[in-house]
Amino acid sequence: MHATPTVPSVPAEQSGSLHAKERVINDFSIQVATVNGSGSQTANNVLMRTIFQMGVPVSGKNLFPSNIAGLPTWFTIRASKEGYIGRKKEIDFFVAMNAETAQEDTLKLAPGSALVYDEPLKLNELRSDLHFYPVPFDKLVGPVCPEAKLRKLVKNMIYDGVVAQLLGLDLEEMRKALFKQFGTKKKKAAELNWGAVAAGKEYAEKNLTKTDPFRIEPMDRTGGKLIIEGNTAAALGCLFAGVTVLTWYPITPSSTLAEALISYLGRFRREAESGKGTYAVVQAEDELAAVGMAIGAGWAGARSMTCTSGPGVSLMSEFIGLAYYAEIPTVIIDVQRVGPSTGLPTRTMQGDIMSNALLSHGDSKHPVLFPSSPEECFTMAQECFDLAERFQTPVFMNMDLDLGMNNWMSDALPYPEQPIARGKVLTAEDLNRLGGFARYKDVDGDGVTYRTLPGTKHLQAAYFTRGTGHNEKAVYSEREDDWIQNMDRLTRKFETLRHSISPPLMREQPGAKIGLVSCGTSRWAMEESSDQLSREYGTETNWLRLRAYPFSDELAAFIERHERVYVIDQNRDAQLLGLMRLDLDPARVAKLRSVRYYGGMPLDARTVTDEIVMQEGL
Amino acid sequence: MSAAPAPPKKTNRIGLEVLNYRGGKTTLCAGCGHNSITERLIEAFWEMGVEPQQVAKMSGIGCSSKTPAYFLSQSHGFNAVHGRAPAVATGALLGNHQLRCVVVSGDGDTASIGLGQFMHMLRRNVPLIYIIENNGVYGLTKGQFSATADVGAKLKTGTVNELPPIDCCLAGIELGATLVARSFSGDKRQLSAILKASIAHNGLSVIDIVSPCVTFNDHEGSTKSYAYMKDHEEPLHDLDFVPGFSDIEVEIEEGESRVVELHDGSKLVLHKLEHDYDPTSKIHALEVLHESTRRNEVLTGIIYVDRGKPTLTEMLDVVDEPLATLAERRVRPSREVLEQINEEFR
Repeated sequence: MHATPTVPSVPAEQSGSLHAKERVINDFSIQVATVNGSGSQTANNVLMRTIFQMGVPVSGKNLFPSNIAGLPTWFTIRASKEGYIGRKKEIDFFVAMNAETAQEDTLKLAPGSALVYDEPLKLNELRSDLHFYPVPFDKLVGPVCPEAKLRKLVKNMIYDGVVAQLLGLDLEEMRKALFKQFGTKKKKAAELNWGAVAAGKEYAEKNLTKTDPFRIEPMDRTGGKLIIEGNTAAALGCLFAGVTVLTWYPITPSSTLAEALISYLGRFRREAESGKGTYAVVQAEDELAAVGMAIGAGWAGARSMTCTSGPGVSLMSEFIGLAYYAEIPTVIIDVQRVGPSTGLPTRTMQGDIMSNALLSHGDSKHPVLFPSSPEECFTMAQECFDLAERFQTPVFMNMDLDLGMNNWMSDALPYPEQPIARGKVLTAEDLNRLGGFARYKDVDGDGVTYRTLPGTKHLQAAYFTRGTGHNEKAVYSEREDDWIQNMDRLTRKFETLRHSISPPLMREQPGAKIGLVSCGTSRWAMEESSDQLSREYGTETNWLRLRAYPFSDELAAFIERHERVYVIDQNRDAQLLGLMRLDLDPARVAKLRSVRYYGGMPLDARTVTDEIVMQEGL
Repeated sequence: MSAAPAPPKKTNRIGLEVLNYRGGKTTLCAGCGHNSITERLIEAFWEMGVEPQQVAKMSGIGCSSKTPAYFLSQSHGFNAVHGRAPAVATGALLGNHQLRCVVVSGDGDTASIGLGQFMHMLRRNVPLIYIIENNGVYGLTKGQFSATADVGAKLKTGTVNELPPIDCCLAGIELGATLVARSFSGDKRQLSAILKASIAHNGLSVIDIVSPCVTFNDHEGSTKSYAYMKDHEEPLHDLDFVPGFSDIEVEIEEGESRVVELHDGSKLVLHKLEHDYDPTSKIHALEVLHESTRRNEVLTGIIYVDRGKPTLTEMLDVVDEPLATLAERRVRPSREVLEQINEEFR
């Protein structure tokens, strides 16, 4: 698979004709090109929310630079009546606000696309097969924004008004969306911006003639749903998991997770009478310290966590081996970005699947959860904390920038059904009853041993935690039999865990010979691609969505039922497939094929479909 | 020991014998300074009547880091990774701020691989006792120089150190430790008083203890040897420690002694030697340290005390109980809270 963008394929109804008779309703994508730091995020969110409030399923993808202000940024909104919320590769409706990229952006558009642009850019001179809508933004912004220094920010709201007119958006919903965006405290700013929306709408009404086929019409598919970023949902998952210690180091794209959590902890985890917190947060000096503190806190009995991205995970490697071998619970949320090295800090990748699962030297392996949606970020964050304490081991939640930092349409977050699981912790009363304990003795035969917390008031409570060789009683040992026995017990524990972690989800229909497998955000492209293969090529496929490592036995059974299985990876080296290879017998491995994308954009269905079509010779 | 009948067993203020504060048998070399420090720790915790179950013993990697296994066997211990004990100890205290935490580290741990963590622990004034068993060499890897080795110090192989040492006491004073002391593993009386003072202190105590490595750094040309310390130790004062729980009245001779009262009411009595030294002045502390280095002396004693600074756990303003064991109803917000949050995203 090539990382470079290919020429977008053109939907039949658009090609060749600038006056398409067939309308395209609630099934297209809008992209807005701006400069970062220009306040365009607000205008984009208002646009997306308006469509959402009209009952049409949407998704929003922000393609932003690793920079604070002045570089190009693109925001893509997809409206999909079918409810597909993955990225759509083709751009149908384009708003060019950035002079620097306008020419290249225009040349990339498929024939028949619509183009709203800043009039002085004269983009209509570049080609003739688009629907052109020139708008004199600078002339329009003056009258609605007397204060010159605010004009740069307010200008962007004008395109919301223009687009609203051209797509037939409900202005009342747009007004609601705008005021929600500004919040109750910034009414004056909201009114100023609303003036800009109205000016754009009025200009478009009087001066532009609609020629493109794209329309938004009200539906009823978003009732009760949320628009939320994965990082926010994950932070809420941690909040409701009962996190007590967060130690972290800032890194894109995970910082907003920590910041959201800190804000929620401040709102909801200070006790009414004393005003004191039921949590502690420390911004550490680096990722080593961040995970070291989380491990120390987990050892002391806290529900502890850190969040980071690939470079941080690399730094945490030694500590994670300690936590694995000394059997200390903690949660690491990895919001992946493009690597190796500093890579593309603001682009998305499933680059750390292998490193999460196998981090650290020697024999070490870790449970990894793969959320694909905000709901799963929320529920799986809770699962991570419970697994960490039940199995006394570091647990990874493997997210990515697309999931963490983009806007997703989501079901309402469900209140946890189960009580918090604290695992096998012996209290002083337990020790009185038992007369003592051996820290690493497999009493129950499941590989999971009992621990005590420091501060337990009992003569037999103490034990010595170490990353060096130890026997059942946690005493230093270099004996071969002690070492092997302990490593085998850790394997037994991992096998117990295999049957306690989120199982995969599948869609199967009889007769389909081809299987698709993915994890995390690849889900959206995979599910849509499966539909594309059926609709466009008459090829039926079944899919299985892995939600955790270690893999459930259902994966092997799924492969068994199919002739060929395509494993979808958002990385060059087929990391998910590689991990499966380690777990599966050779006969099953032989059935696996690889679909890979690693260009840093959220994976889209067309890319997956094209690759499978090529490999299948369809 | 004579064959006389056993004297009645001595117990401390919580009724425990010193035996309750002992640990496993040391595996370090006979004569290692670290073993003396272990003995002083056992005595200090016993004499102060600290409940062993309330103590967490933390360490990194190295000879020094093995020692928490040799004292307080009724306390939880954690031998973590090289140089990273500060983070693990900080985390443990976040999880349970009622723990009494003692970290034992070495000069490799603290001044090289873990220097960053050491510095940030200082900044945070993490309430724990941080001991540096400083012998100027890496013992477990057979005698390479560490970052506290003095200029001109010579290895057994003849290699001479040319880089300036990192002074952990200077760093401690400059960056926020609230009790800073230097001592010598062979100075039983002084070390004992300093350790007890650090147990009484509320805040971060940094104790840099010159602790000769008898195998790799106790020869002619070494600046961390028993012989070198005998010639170069320069005590700031004679120290007496009077615990807050004792009935002993402290009487001082005007102009001859100073009293520094600690958090729990204990008193440190500093008997004047050559000069009257006030350990509460930061500038003065830095000055005497620099001055002693210039004179090739090893200044020992309580160098700096700051009793007013809030600790990390105080600044975090957490509930009184350990976070580790809070009940579910205190850490999981209600159904109504989640509904309110959902509504904010609709």
